[in-house]
Amino acid sequence: MNLLETYGNPAINIGVFAVFVAATMGIVIAVSRQKSKKASDFYTGGAQFSGRQNGLAITGDYLSAAAFLGVTGAIAIYGYDGLLYSVGFFVAWILALYLVAEPLRNTGKYTMADMLSFRMTQRPVRTAAATSTLVISFVYLLAQMAGAGGLVALLLGVSDKNMQSLVIALVGVLMIVYVLVGGMKGTTWVQMIKAVLLISGAAAMSLMVLFGHGFNLSDLLSSAQAAGQGTGGLGKDILLPMAKYGASDWTKLSFVSLSIALVAGPSGLPHVLMRFYTVPTAKEARRSAVWAIVLVGIFFLLTLVLGMGAAELVGQKAISAAPGGANAAAPLLALKLGGEIFMGVISGVAFATILAVVAGLTITASASFAHDVYNSVLKNGQADPEQEVKVARITSVVIGALAVAGGIFANGQNIAFLISLAFAVAASANLPSILYTMYWPRFNTRGSVWSIYTGLISAVLLIVFSPAISGSKTAMLPTMNFAFFPLDNPALVSVPLAFLAGFIGTITSRVSGDEELAMEMEVRSLTGAGAGKAIAH
Amino acid sequence: MTQHRDHEAVASQPYHPADGYAEDSSEFHLPKEHWPLPALVHLDKPHAEPSTSQFVAVHGSPEFAHLRKTFRGFAFPMTIAGLSAYFVYVLLSVYAPAFMGQRVIGAINLGILLSLLQFAITWTWTALYVNFANKKLDAASAALRGRLETGVSA
Repeated sequence: MNLLETYGNPAINIGVFAVFVAATMGIVIAVSRQKSKKASDFYTGGAQFSGRQNGLAITGDYLSAAAFLGVTGAIAIYGYDGLLYSVGFFVAWILALYLVAEPLRNTGKYTMADMLSFRMTQRPVRTAAATSTLVISFVYLLAQMAGAGGLVALLLGVSDKNMQSLVIALVGVLMIVYVLVGGMKGTTWVQMIKAVLLISGAAAMSLMVLFGHGFNLSDLLSSAQAAGQGTGGLGKDILLPMAKYGASDWTKLSFVSLSIALVAGPSGLPHVLMRFYTVPTAKEARRSAVWAIVLVGIFFLLTLVLGMGAAELVGQKAISAAPGGANAAAPLLALKLGGEIFMGVISGVAFATILAVVAGLTITASASFAHDVYNSVLKNGQADPEQEVKVARITSVVIGALAVAGGIFANGQNIAFLISLAFAVAASANLPSILYTMYWPRFNTRGSVWSIYTGLISAVLLIVFSPAISGSKTAMLPTMNFAFFPLDNPALVSVPLAFLAGFIGTITSRVSGDEELAMEMEVRSLTGAGAGKAIAH
Repeated sequence: MTQHRDHEAVASQPYHPADGYAEDSSEFHLPKEHWPLPALVHLDKPHAEPSTSQFVAVHGSPEFAHLRKTFRGFAFPMTIAGLSAYFVYVLLSVYAPAFMGQRVIGAINLGILLSLLQFAITWTWTALYVNFANKKLDAASAALRGRLETGVSA
């Protein structure tokens, strides 16, 4: 306990935290004053956001705790290998911008399943899409909750696992309140503000780090390299590739697999896709993607400076020993740079990040359940909107409870790594089906269902039987060993499998797809006819 | 089959007349293909929800074929090029670490430089896409959308 109190001042931290929570809550309440009864208000904020606002919100959604805490930590500890996260997370936007964002906006209303089921038999496809949405959101949530646990443990000097679990439960309760009070509109505003805070915070820290090196990147890198090989470091050259993944051929393949998940995942992440429905037109969807790309890129460039700065100034050994492990790199760097209050503020920003992302994820998951499963599948599309929103609200409470349980289980893992698993599931279960639906007119119901379930099940099973879960010292269940799949990321296998299953399902199906609807979808996706006004009521 | 089709069409169209957004519901008794009456459409701010047959007609038009060709001819090769550059970078990092470790500027090695190049590529690709879409896609797409939403059959 005494040792932990050297990480900043818990009283200051609690104070700053309370201010952040109160401020964001105030925003949520203020924004959602107008009674939001309509389903579209709860799900998509009435589709009234401008491209710039929405771009900020996408940035907020995308720059989760994994990006800030996880990637900074990964770069600090693994150097070059951690930088791959930054590059992959960012390059992924090429795919999202070129092939997914605008067609998606033009062919759906609330959820990813709207687009996937557009020209298919509704029930099976919606059920499949909703299932994958729920699973992906859950894995993603789990990572955020684990991040919250580690962060608060560090800040409040809570080393006891049970106390950390209590903290995770508290985050769960807060997030449910956000969602119930604010809906999509409230969480979107929180996302926007948080995105600004996060990028400014990261920029301020980077400037301080670079200032110490006369704004010379090469100087920073060589200092970090020296620190990594010095007494406070872990002894590896962090500027060379394969410090982490170079151990064997399997770990090298794991790295390739990870890179596939990172680049293909975002275009299949339901909570990012859903953001493209909160703008009125495809053109605004494009604008929001552009804003997001500019901001996300800046942020990930900064993580290089932050990570290297942490490796140099805090030291790899000190980071690894802190509660929360690698996830503590960013707050500890803040402590070194600006003292206790600055650390409190940066951690407050990180905490607001977690809350906002968690709330956004919960909205997506509950919208998908209420809209796709409850209304479309169980009620045949006849449920009245108020009933649907009520189901969505109940779902968010259930999801919150599940996420708390999962977060307690995953507490202590590197969150960038956990997120990469969610990306792998998204890349496998959703992306093949999304691309086929939009660009292959012959693709049909069976192909879609096969592709989604194959991607989902293979990705999840391969994760369960990977070294990430059991059979290694860093696994979630280190004492057990049932790992027979050698890669710690499944994308290399599960993404091609899902593409293959979609292809085979399509060509073997006796029922061919609806040709007229396929034509309608193509015209809609390119022209946006009938979609722009769809939510303007 | 027809019944099944109808169900799909209804569920996929956010604005089925029966749910309605038009203030005046008098036209709803007409068969779906006739809704909304062309004369009313341009007066009503929210436009008509075009029918599947209208979409199919537009799909067969040379203008649409041209738009689709323009979009795909740009988007597909660009996406493939962008992602290829990324995977070349990844594979070099994994299988040629010594090559990537060559120092180029001070402590900055080739690998770090190529990482930064990935950022530059993504931003460049974004600018190229926006420029292309604004110049080559928007006008054609708006023309077709106008044709569909004003209810003039194509």
